[in-house]
Amino acid sequence: MAERIPRTPVREQDPEVRARNFEEVCLGYDAGEARREASRCLNCKIARCQQHCPVHVDIPGFISRLAAGDEAGAAEVIARDSSLPSVCGRVCPQESQCEGACVLGIKSEPVGIGKLERYVGDWSIAHADERQVEIPAPNGRKVAIVGSGPAGLACASDLARLGYEVTVFEALHKIGGVLVYGIPEFRLPKDRIVAREVEAVKRLGVKFMTDVVIGRTMTVDDLLDRMGFDAVFVGSGAGLPRFMGIEGENLNGVFSANEFLTRANLMHAYDEAYDTPVYAGSRAVIVGGGNVAMDAVRTARRLGAEAVIVYRRSEAELPARVEEVHHAREEGIVFRMLTNPVRILADEQGWVKGIECVEMELGEPDESGRRSPVVKEGSNFTIDCDVVIMALGTSPNPLIRDTTSGLDTNRRGCIVADDNGATSRPGVFAGGDAVTGAATVILAMGAGRKAARAIHDYISAGSQDN
Amino acid sequence: MFKIVSRRDLAPNITEMRVEAPLVAASALPGQFVIVRVDEESERIPLTICDYDPEAGTVTIVTQSVGYSSQKINSLAEGDCFLDFTGPLGRPSDLIDIDPEKLRDMKILFVAGGVGTAPVYPQAKWLHEHGVTPEVIIGARSKDLFTYVDEMEKVAEVHLATDDGSAGYHGLVTGLIRKLIDEEGRHYDHCVIIGPMIMMKFAAMTTKEYEIPTMVSLNALMVDGTGMCGACRVTVDGQTRFTCVEGPEFDGHKVDFDEAMRRQNMYRENPKTKRNLNHKCTCHG
Repeated sequence: MAERIPRTPVREQDPEVRARNFEEVCLGYDAGEARREASRCLNCKIARCQQHCPVHVDIPGFISRLAAGDEAGAAEVIARDSSLPSVCGRVCPQESQCEGACVLGIKSEPVGIGKLERYVGDWSIAHADERQVEIPAPNGRKVAIVGSGPAGLACASDLARLGYEVTVFEALHKIGGVLVYGIPEFRLPKDRIVAREVEAVKRLGVKFMTDVVIGRTMTVDDLLDRMGFDAVFVGSGAGLPRFMGIEGENLNGVFSANEFLTRANLMHAYDEAYDTPVYAGSRAVIVGGGNVAMDAVRTARRLGAEAVIVYRRSEAELPARVEEVHHAREEGIVFRMLTNPVRILADEQGWVKGIECVEMELGEPDESGRRSPVVKEGSNFTIDCDVVIMALGTSPNPLIRDTTSGLDTNRRGCIVADDNGATSRPGVFAGGDAVTGAATVILAMGAGRKAARAIHDYISAGSQDN
Repeated sequence: MFKIVSRRDLAPNITEMRVEAPLVAASALPGQFVIVRVDEESERIPLTICDYDPEAGTVTIVTQSVGYSSQKINSLAEGDCFLDFTGPLGRPSDLIDIDPEKLRDMKILFVAGGVGTAPVYPQAKWLHEHGVTPEVIIGARSKDLFTYVDEMEKVAEVHLATDDGSAGYHGLVTGLIRKLIDEEGRHYDHCVIIGPMIMMKFAAMTTKEYEIPTMVSLNALMVDGTGMCGACRVTVDGQTRFTCVEGPEFDGHKVDFDEAMRRQNMYRENPKTKRNLNHKCTCHG
């Protein structure tokens, strides 16, 4: 019966208009739309959506409250498992998680779980001032958090709720990590959403110190041995940008997606009032197929460039969220699938003038289970362009592993931590991209929350010994 | 906020500021740098640390006005504040890892050019405090462009060179390196060169002829300065390296200076920086 109600479409900015501004693309549900969409949920006994959520949010539980018009109740249900609903509602790959598992999706379209979560998250932000925040009595124990991204924020707020004195150390000048330097404004508004989520953490009594680079300004050893912290959580995120190792990668006009996005997002380079420059050229080729590649290509488009994605596999293998690919296409992004760069061509001044690529075809599945791309010999061709942006992922930042004694890292340089975030060094916990390599906001947030529980257990056990 | 406790002009367009930054001062070592931001709209600008005093909690920087952002820094007065002052960043100079016994037997030469003189000072001072008196060549176009000569003379044997012959050796630092070795029979075991990219390139070529192991301190473009953006990548010995976390000092005989110079100018022709460069600074009347 429920199939009779079609999925409630979400309002979006017109593609022609939004391709020239940095305002948020998706406008979200209003109260009526949210309630209507919530009423589609079958409230399954065995909730496949919840099973497929990395942090197992009680999805039928929050949606049923929403369907009854109880936003506050819905917010409480989500808050049990997620501390960043307005962020995750916007950036989670729902199609491969909750919505991908929704029973309604078999015959019709799944419930718009992401948009509903976003609605509840935004409702919470709008009503934050009306709710009394209960801060427990301090338990006299101090925990340091390295990095203010999703993992660090989640860990900090859980520990603060348990009575810990929590200090978050952030290397950059702004709090939020990838939420402020990586994900663009048009996907995740900085002042309206990220800053408000950070405020909520501050209201719990968490202290933030920006401009402090752990591993340089002070070390993890300093925090534990000299500064009286009982435990440290490392959520320092991903690190150095990867390049392909092809000719011409250091030409002028070749950027990592991290540089390009940091200039645009953190440094507001797209805004005339800010000093930091950014250069998108007249035609920008972005190499890669993940969410970061989509963010970079759509940013380049908004800066006035004709923007092209070059990806070595086919559309089915694109790791980006389906919605991002869809939005990018609507905005006029050109997709060159089964195409791989072999070198970048220079003009006389050493600036990019084109990118030479080869055509690829899909062969046997590789270890990731995806069919591996194979070069079609002699298929070389050139795309004229003046900017190339490499969105190929990152390798771990060396600062913390090089300056922390007794901290094991794996072959790839990621910090080794168990399921609860415990590392080889007692008192040091870690989670998020610093452990897993580049992953998602929700996984980082989940890791931060698990580590908070493990830190609580670790410190509680220590107190009993004393 | 990071307060400027003292400020003085060292030469036309070159200003020294002592900034209250106790956490940075407590951990700083010779060869490292900071990233500063004047206000909310500012760029993040990397500057090599020129002195630090852990007891006073201050860090000294020297800035030459070359574009909009450096002008903005130099327009700040004593008592003003930087919004952000992050560091110390980068790896310290290799010199501090050398066994002190061995260091005492080493003849160390610094070659400083222009605004690069000030960042040589903490390294020379550190050596002096560890019982070594290095030699320092300071080069400038003309004698009124010299900076940090008095400070340097307290910790090192100083040789001056000017392009116009107004003080010291008449000619480029490369000529003076040759003169010290060929005519005065001096010998050097290690050399550190800090200054404009073009000067570092030619000075390093000269020390290579004499087979003196040489480090150069690169002032690459940076955004975050913590190993995230890759703007600062340079080619050293055919490998791409990140100046912010692997540098800023690299083997001067292996750096691709032509590429580094080209990359340093990447944003010069950017419409936005052009607008900024045309900005009329009214700070100095």
